[in-house]
Amino acid sequence: MTSIELPYAKRTLANGLDVLVHEDRHVPIVAVNLWYHVGSKNEQPGRTGFAHLFEHLMFEGSEHHNTGYFAPLQQAGALLNASTNTDRTNYWEVVPTGALDLALWMESDRMGYLLPALTRERFETQRDVVLNERRQHYENRPYGFAMMALTSALFPPDHPYHWPTIGAAEDIRAMDVEDVQAFFRTYYHPGNASLALAGDIGAERAYELAEKYFGEIPGGTRPDTMDVPASLSREQRIMLEDRVELPRIYMAWHSPAMFAEGDAEADLLADLLANGKTSRLYRTLVYDRRVALDVSAFQHSRELGSFFLLASTATPGRSLTEIAAIIDQEIRGVVDDGPLDDEMERGAAQAEAHFMYRLQTVGGFGGKSDQLNAYNVFRGDPDFFAADLARYRGATRESVRAAARTCLAFDRRVLLSVVPRGQAALALPGSEPVSVT
Amino acid sequence: MPVLRADRSRLPEPGPDPAFHFPSIVRHTLKNGLKVRTVEHASVPVVTLVMKVDGGLGADPAGREGLASIAADMVDEGTGDLSAIEVSDALARIGAEYDVDVGADATVFTLTTLTRFVGRGAALLSDILVKPSLRAPDFERVRQLRLDRLRQLKDLPPAVAERAFLRLVYPAHPYGHLAIGTDASLRALTLDDVVRFHARLFCPSRATLVAAGAMSHRELLGAAEDAFGGWHGAEPAPDMPCAAADIVPDAAPPALLAMVPREGAAQSELRIGHLSARRDTPDYAPLLVMNAVLGGQFVSRINMKLREEKAITYGARTGFDWRRGLGPFSLQASVHTAATAEAVSDSLREMADIRSSRPPTEQEMSMAKASLTRGYPRNFETAQQVSRSVAQLALFDLPDSYFEEFVPRVNAVTADDVTRVAQKYLHPDRAITLIVGDRKATETSLNALGMGELQILPPE
Repeated sequence: MTSIELPYAKRTLANGLDVLVHEDRHVPIVAVNLWYHVGSKNEQPGRTGFAHLFEHLMFEGSEHHNTGYFAPLQQAGALLNASTNTDRTNYWEVVPTGALDLALWMESDRMGYLLPALTRERFETQRDVVLNERRQHYENRPYGFAMMALTSALFPPDHPYHWPTIGAAEDIRAMDVEDVQAFFRTYYHPGNASLALAGDIGAERAYELAEKYFGEIPGGTRPDTMDVPASLSREQRIMLEDRVELPRIYMAWHSPAMFAEGDAEADLLADLLANGKTSRLYRTLVYDRRVALDVSAFQHSRELGSFFLLASTATPGRSLTEIAAIIDQEIRGVVDDGPLDDEMERGAAQAEAHFMYRLQTVGGFGGKSDQLNAYNVFRGDPDFFAADLARYRGATRESVRAAARTCLAFDRRVLLSVVPRGQAALALPGSEPVSVT
Repeated sequence: MPVLRADRSRLPEPGPDPAFHFPSIVRHTLKNGLKVRTVEHASVPVVTLVMKVDGGLGADPAGREGLASIAADMVDEGTGDLSAIEVSDALARIGAEYDVDVGADATVFTLTTLTRFVGRGAALLSDILVKPSLRAPDFERVRQLRLDRLRQLKDLPPAVAERAFLRLVYPAHPYGHLAIGTDASLRALTLDDVVRFHARLFCPSRATLVAAGAMSHRELLGAAEDAFGGWHGAEPAPDMPCAAADIVPDAAPPALLAMVPREGAAQSELRIGHLSARRDTPDYAPLLVMNAVLGGQFVSRINMKLREEKAITYGARTGFDWRRGLGPFSLQASVHTAATAEAVSDSLREMADIRSSRPPTEQEMSMAKASLTRGYPRNFETAQQVSRSVAQLALFDLPDSYFEEFVPRVNAVTADDVTRVAQKYLHPDRAITLIVGDRKATETSLNALGMGELQILPPE
């Protein structure tokens, strides 16, 4: 087997900022990638959507560059973006080598000096932009509310994963600029951040620049880590009516947290069950019996606890009950007998190739700089790329079977039926209507 | 050593652009006429093979819309002795990523794998393209899946908008539909249509293979020869229909304000535009700059107006849909229902203003050009990016020196060029404005725009 590595250097500045460097001189660009260990899990019920709205504000200006962030960076040839999920917020730029100072200047200015530039007017504009984003991506999209219904059923109301990252519309409307100050001070400081630079740069130069731009920013206290277990004690059936033509069934289970034992196995399980034409469920539901239009499975790996999600859309005239019964039968098969050697070989080949593909880009979502930060923030150590792959290579028929047995219990799951409006009868029997807005 | 401190009184000036050189493209032609381009891309041990076959959705015969797309979908549904599942299994065993893109003028197949599997990957791609089984049960299954997917698209506002917009800008033209086709055209298709389409279009003389990866030109060519040297497709038939690109669209339809109603829609999905330019226009570079000033980017005029100033959208962008034949320029946005009419009039005003009353400022010119050129090298980081870019050269008959010349060409564009091309290629007075949104909530204000009465279109 080829060894696949993601080499790096790491230094922590006096203020607590982790600096990670990966040198790759193939293209004259540098990826700047900055993680803050804060996401929607750090919000409170009734005040949701804050972490994401805050991400928008980070582009509107800071004390020493008191206007939009896109203009100077695009002028320098940068590509830039940011995202927020339940666990973290990341900001990145991919810049021509000569514009690295500019990107670091700007990232550090909004880390150290955001609040003086934050006006009520900017806040209100971005609040409205986010409401538009919410309407476009959730309210005006078929099945757009499914994920919200699922997470709110999987996690109790006070659990940090109960609410969606975009937030509840009424919470977003109720936010005020005063809320920003405290949030910024708690989470946006060097002690809660990790900076990765990848590309046309060496470690010494990277440390020097990191110190120059971020060294003066006072460190803060790293917020306590959370430990909030969640579990289900029964099968819960819920239903949403939506503007869709075809009903879809979702099945969700709690599963091992990101990087915990069984997490990689759950990922492999998702592939062998429902990804690609060779997968068991595609073959049965879509190819042979033609009762479903599609089927997918995904291990949503998260910090506090993951969930495993299966989804399948019925072809016209076929019932969700029929589809659910076939899915259950296939799950029983893998729980009883585990995967075939064949499936394990295929899974290993795909994992190896995909880890190699992950080494192709230095920046952006999922690039090498983003991966180093993920390992550093979630494991406290960036040295995990090879070990991560080893988790997949080390999986066995028995360990995948064990993951299936532990995870995919029929009496501890959420079954969500999304059905066309006015056709509640198409949901699985006994489904309780839920409302998501 | 004194610690350096950032000077926060001004932004650091970016250094000079690093020299950029696209790796050399070597051209070969196999004995059977297949054009092959190889590019050495020494990064991780990954290789990408891209096969461009002439003929995309524009090659769909009238009444058989969706044929090119279903044919492209069918070729990996079994080859030789292998079933669809077995083909998929073989791809998975080399960790391959395989995908198909049916464009207006060509169909592009992409396969990425590890370099050590290049032989197997090329052989599989060859099996898929050269000897697909094209069996009746697979055809029925794939067609049914597409009919069902089409049904689902009715609920997806961007797809509804795209489809209606194409019909309006291309009345009676082979470009005027989505690749997937329509319910009626899919039902009219037969397996025989697919078999004949494949036989006519999939032949070496109509295809270009691009191979890029961490291998030498010789190794890449060797893999291409081993896999495709034995391909002997039919000679291009004498009765081949005229390429869609060569069919001149009817004279521009007059301006139109139209809606596909979506009752209770949370937002209005907008398309505003008209047919504008061919990819081979000599004004390509000035048009890119014009678009960057007007609406192509976050900092462009229209996004700044609708998002950052008025907060009535999550984002608005304009762009050219480049085709070999005449292609549309359009604005795409999803806007707050209550602000639909305002978004339409603001967008049209911006399109009008850049033609005359508000030519690009020096700062806008510098921003537009810099954003197109200074980050250019990052478009060529992966084997897939490199090979797909080279396939674009083949698709649009561009010289191999194209990537080297791009930056100087864009930098040579002047503000006067932008004004000239805006006047020549942008016509807000005959733009088609198409909205997918709530009729009741928007009709009165839309009718008050003075753009004629709102035309209501059926969903299909």
